Amino acid sequence: MEKFTVLDGLVVPLDRANVDTDAIIPKQYLKSIKRAGFGPNLFDDWRYLDPGEPGMDNSTRRVNEDFVLNQVAYQGAEVLLARENFGCGSSREHAVWALEDYGIRSVIAPSFADIFFNNCFKNGVLPIILADEAVDRLFSEVSGHNGYSLHIDLDAQNIKTPSGETFTFEVDPFRKHCLLNGLDDIALTLQHAADIKLYEQKRQSEAPWLFS
Amino acid sequence: MGGKTLYDKLWDAHVVREEKDGTALLYIDRHLVHEVTSPQAFEGLKLAGRSPWRTRSMVAVPDHNVPTTGRNETIKDPVSRIQVETLDKNCSDLGITEFKMGDVRQGIVHVIGPEQGLIMPGMTVVCGDSHTATHGAFGALAFGIGTSEVEHVMATQCLLQKKSKNMLVKVNGPVQQGVSAKDIILAIIGQLGTAGGTGYAIEFSGQAIQNLSMEGRMTVCNMAIEAGARSGMIAVDETTINYVLGRPYAVSGDQQATAVEAWKQLQSDPDAVFDKVIELDGASIEPQVTWGTSPEMVLPVTGNVPDPDQEPNPTKAEGIRKAIKYMGVEAGQSLESIRPDKIFIGSCTNARVEDLREAAAVARGKKVASTVKLAMVVPGSGLVKQQAEAEGLDQIFIEAGFEWREPGCSMCLAMNADRLEPQERCASTSNRNFEGRQGAGGRTHLVSPAMAAAAAVTGHFVDVRELMA
Ligand code: SF4
Repeated sequence: MEKFTVLDGLVVPLDRANVDTDAIIPKQYLKSIKRAGFGPNLFDDWRYLDPGEPGMDNSTRRVNEDFVLNQVAYQGAEVLLARENFGCGSSREHAVWALEDYGIRSVIAPSFADIFFNNCFKNGVLPIILADEAVDRLFSEVSGHNGYSLHIDLDAQNIKTPSGETFTFEVDPFRKHCLLNGLDDIALTLQHAADIKLYEQKRQSEAPWLFS
Repeated sequence: MGGKTLYDKLWDAHVVREEKDGTALLYIDRHLVHEVTSPQAFEGLKLAGRSPWRTRSMVAVPDHNVPTTGRNETIKDPVSRIQVETLDKNCSDLGITEFKMGDVRQGIVHVIGPEQGLIMPGMTVVCGDSHTATHGAFGALAFGIGTSEVEHVMATQCLLQKKSKNMLVKVNGPVQQGVSAKDIILAIIGQLGTAGGTGYAIEFSGQAIQNLSMEGRMTVCNMAIEAGARSGMIAVDETTINYVLGRPYAVSGDQQATAVEAWKQLQSDPDAVFDKVIELDGASIEPQVTWGTSPEMVLPVTGNVPDPDQEPNPTKAEGIRKAIKYMGVEAGQSLESIRPDKIFIGSCTNARVEDLREAAAVARGKKVASTVKLAMVVPGSGLVKQQAEAEGLDQIFIEAGFEWREPGCSMCLAMNADRLEPQERCASTSNRNFEGRQGAGGRTHLVSPAMAAAAAVTGHFVDVRELMA
């Protein structure tokens, strides 16, 4: 997993609440058996005016010029600014893979759906929860400011705006540790293999039907 | 200190170890696997030179991509076919039990798990699928996970988790005749909102819930995720125990009595403390229809599409406007005047035999309206199909003009050939009405099986109780 330490990233604002995982990556792309290559189809239904299918040459498709991701000012964005309940819907990790493949390293929103939030941390993407007012402020600043970037410091748990204003955010210590160091949590868990075996033995004697 | 909730009990019984910050290593008893969210996990496992910790905890089934017609042929779409074949290969390489496409036990992962007795009370159940919450109906802790977590469970039999908060949703009193489990959960989501349950484990209780069959309870827990909660659950009672015992993979022999004794403890203590409690009056719940693009955009069938100009919250008003535009409806329009082009009876929410019985009871002796282009019934599993055919339900549907298909996820998410065309409108018994869920540009109205059948035979949404009178 790629480390996340400090990011100076251009911000793209997506002003919609309840953005679901079907919108982030439509299901026809879930047929892939790979982890990479989802970026070109991130927000496919909103980015293109014609319906997309896997394997299509996206350069020949009709682009929806109105959609933020297609606007010149936001090309190369690494921070997605969003509204409440971002990532609701299915458990598909493809949603995070698509964001990451596109180049998004951090998503800022007032709230996230649980599974999506979890999936971000497994892929080096930092989801940041800020209060409604802070998110409102960022939205209004982005729209009036070309090339609006944020400085995100995970270790310090803060975000600096171009005008020097600072917002702090919370992050779970364990997840922070894994993200800062790019750690594979399977290897970490396997350090506790003896505990898992011990638990299994005890449980098997109490409830053997769970193991048959 | 107060007593424990059902969730507390399930959680405590599965903690292997706990870090100071409260992150727990949680042991997983049952791991369900399907073709869409597993290939990258199997690949990751292989690349790291790891093997599954406990192969017997895993059961796999292809369901999302499988066609619902022509099952004797190979899958036509090459991309879908590769995904199903990849699952077959991974399972046979690692010795994982799989119900393949030709197996009568094949079906939607959340239908076949309980059907086979693979889900028992007290278990922790995971699957790379958000509707895993379904299995909480058995007094189990069941939740959906992402693909990295699928790999984590494969490799370690555990997950790193933080405990959720406890919420109790109590539906008091009996519901009216003609009101189904689907209406109950839609009404709950309407009240709670799609993010109302975020961060919570929800226990459903109250007489209306207790009165439900296991099928109905699964419908309710299935949609906990649509209220934002990763898990929903219901206490164990006689209904639960009677359903589980005797199924192929369920406990049997000497262990049965001990198991049943243990299962009976799977209830919240009377003095248990919940972080949040919501109560609904069962008698006031009416048959529900969603009008918009989120499950919380739901109203009784007698209602009207809301008017965004009446909504004081600007973000919400904008959401209503967008949904109205996408759905091709008008503010103030009566839900009963909405006419679906297609009818879909199926999905892990409503494709069990009881659901099909309820729909068939409405369709019996009637004809699908001429304005409906396609009405289809997709049983949840091969065994559901078999049972329905034994009861003659297939004939009732076919005579009414429905198509009777092979089991799978089908038009719930349109990963196979079953889908809506742009602007087509569907009365669907599935669980999500997001934009494009059933096909790009498609418009979904979520309803119960009986309500879907009623819409099929009348050509518009209607209070199914009128047809039953
Ligand atoms: S039926 Fe629908 S919701 Fe259920 S598992 Fe299949 S795709 Fe998911």
